[in-house]
Amino acid sequence: MTTAPAREAPEEFPRGLGRSNLLELYEALCVTRAAEERLEVLQKQGHVTGGLYRSLGQEAGAVGAAYALRRRTDGTGDVLAPTVRAAGAIFLFGGRLEDFFRQYMARATGPTRGREANVHWVERDKGIIGPISPLGTMLEVMAGVTLSFRLRREDRVGIVFYGDGATSTGAWHEGLNFAAVQGCPLILMVEANEWAFSTPTAKNTRVSSFTDKAPGYGIGAESVDGTDVLAVFDAVRRAAVLARAGDGVQMVEMRYFRRLGHAQHDPQEYVDRALIAQWERKDPIACFHARIVGNDWATDEELTRLQRDAVERCRAAAEQVVSEPVPEGAQAVEGVYSDVELPRPWTRLAVPDPRVA
Amino acid sequence: MPDAPPEHLLKSCRGEPVTMLEAISEALFEEMTRDDSVFLMGEDIGVYGGAFKVTRGFLDHFGAQRVIDTPIAEGGFTGAAAGAAHMGLRPVVEMQFMDFVSPAYDVITNYIATSRYRGAGPMPLVIRGPVGGGNRGGPFHSQNVEMAFFHTPGLKIVYPSTAYDAKGLMKAAIRDDDPVIFEEHKGLYRAPALREVLPAEDYVVPLGEARMVREGRDLTVVTYGAMVHKSVEAADTLEREDGVSAEVIDLRTLLPLDEAAIVGSVKRTGKLLVVHEDTRTGGIAGEIAMRVSERAFEWLDGPVLRVTAIDAPVPYSGSLEDYFLPQIADIVTAARYLATY
Repeated sequence: MTTAPAREAPEEFPRGLGRSNLLELYEALCVTRAAEERLEVLQKQGHVTGGLYRSLGQEAGAVGAAYALRRRTDGTGDVLAPTVRAAGAIFLFGGRLEDFFRQYMARATGPTRGREANVHWVERDKGIIGPISPLGTMLEVMAGVTLSFRLRREDRVGIVFYGDGATSTGAWHEGLNFAAVQGCPLILMVEANEWAFSTPTAKNTRVSSFTDKAPGYGIGAESVDGTDVLAVFDAVRRAAVLARAGDGVQMVEMRYFRRLGHAQHDPQEYVDRALIAQWERKDPIACFHARIVGNDWATDEELTRLQRDAVERCRAAAEQVVSEPVPEGAQAVEGVYSDVELPRPWTRLAVPDPRVA
Repeated sequence: MPDAPPEHLLKSCRGEPVTMLEAISEALFEEMTRDDSVFLMGEDIGVYGGAFKVTRGFLDHFGAQRVIDTPIAEGGFTGAAAGAAHMGLRPVVEMQFMDFVSPAYDVITNYIATSRYRGAGPMPLVIRGPVGGGNRGGPFHSQNVEMAFFHTPGLKIVYPSTAYDAKGLMKAAIRDDDPVIFEEHKGLYRAPALREVLPAEDYVVPLGEARMVREGRDLTVVTYGAMVHKSVEAADTLEREDGVSAEVIDLRTLLPLDEAAIVGSVKRTGKLLVVHEDTRTGGIAGEIAMRVSERAFEWLDGPVLRVTAIDAPVPYSGSLEDYFLPQIADIVTAARYLATY
């Protein structure tokens, strides 16, 4: 780390964090945004075949939350179930930029070998359990993951991200209720970004805050400014302390705004432009940058260097992955079962014969 | 935790005959004893011991950590089983009646079945419960659910017909690294005729292997579950009254299907009748007929026929349900038609 000029800081380092922590958080925010911006370049170049999802304006939620947890690579740390808008949490949990790009570019070298897309991947040693597309399911799955911690008396917690749309599903309710009843050490992050695709929050719920649902499950909850990485960090750190202490499920609602469409194909015409402009002024990276520099925690030059490094790392990782192969088509028959081999279609045999396929 | 297992779970050790239900209980008990990672979840399985008492005595012996009474939320606890399986545990989930598995259809088909293919590693879990009609249970306590899952790659489906197979297949299912749907016909649970003495020592029946129940020369009957016993009775009648020799094959595992056993038999007899208690359209008979058409068309000396339930919800009234279900007389009639074709 570079040496900063020794000056009096107007504000003490916040929340028990040191200088290096703040720089790590800033770097993680920059990596998240740079990785997603790189995806847009890759998509324009035709390398991304599926949907492209951005977390613009929500980066602080994923980064702040993940930073508050025990991130290990030997299968003993906390476990994360992210959403497609929580890529920043995946990177902090040890998910590689290369794998992120491999997933979006359907490469054979990726963790799902081209079977699945975007953040939908699992690395159990790192504690990453990627989601599937149907919403709410991961709350059920993470209830079981954290149940296993309780059964084995392991000092671990789980964290599961879901947007406000997912809160309407039966799976969300069933998973949350099960985890609550069992006292599972689980942190539920509600990404209250005001939109479920084109559906506003008011059409998903009558409550004004998702924390209003918490008493119905007998769980703890708090609501934070999701654009403030330190506020999210602090809330999740508190939640993790409670969960580890046996207080069961904790909900953290992050209030922020989805500043881009649901996916790249969605021009977001249903959103008032003025509202987006208003939230642009609360950009989590710009705000954190101003706060760091304003408090003399680090210099503008240091932050700029971190930001440029993040962009360069993403560029280099993407460049490498572009050159990697896509899977052979015939690999589609592999890996459905642990011990059953699927036949190849008989029409694709050298001598087509339905009797031997 | 008490050291001594409950007396009623040691019958096979003592050389006493057991019912199919007792065989399943023993399998669960022995696997939980053998392997700490095996645990149970379901509705009313702990204090009450399960609606059919399959897990009676388990809570006292293994404790509430391993015998978990769940909220009435099949999707929730089945999804939780998936999460526990990710972490290396081997959950066995009970559906109080398999009819109630439908709320878990989402997580089973979308999450659990695809898990290995998505690179998420093994998914060792068993979803088990009572199925089948004949008990005047009506539309929601009588269904056979196999074909709701047969079309989902990544799942295995087991449906035993004897106490021996039920125990050995349950053990194999629990030890398997893939998710298994395990159907237990409630009409067979306590059937006195199925009571048998099982080996005192540990054994498994491998998944994916059919069983030759009765050898024959003139036609093949492929079946499973409760229909195995009706088919054998029908075959005995045919032998006695018509001199027709029918081979009966019990699939035991429906997915993966033991195609070699089916095709091999058809090549010997030249004729195939499929019998299943499940409803007709989209029943497994269709898939079996296709496999035989692909693999053994030249060996066929008649049409592939089927005897099944009718395409209706399972009716409550005994007279209706008896008409709804395939009966021995139906199997005899179909086999006679085929034998003289």
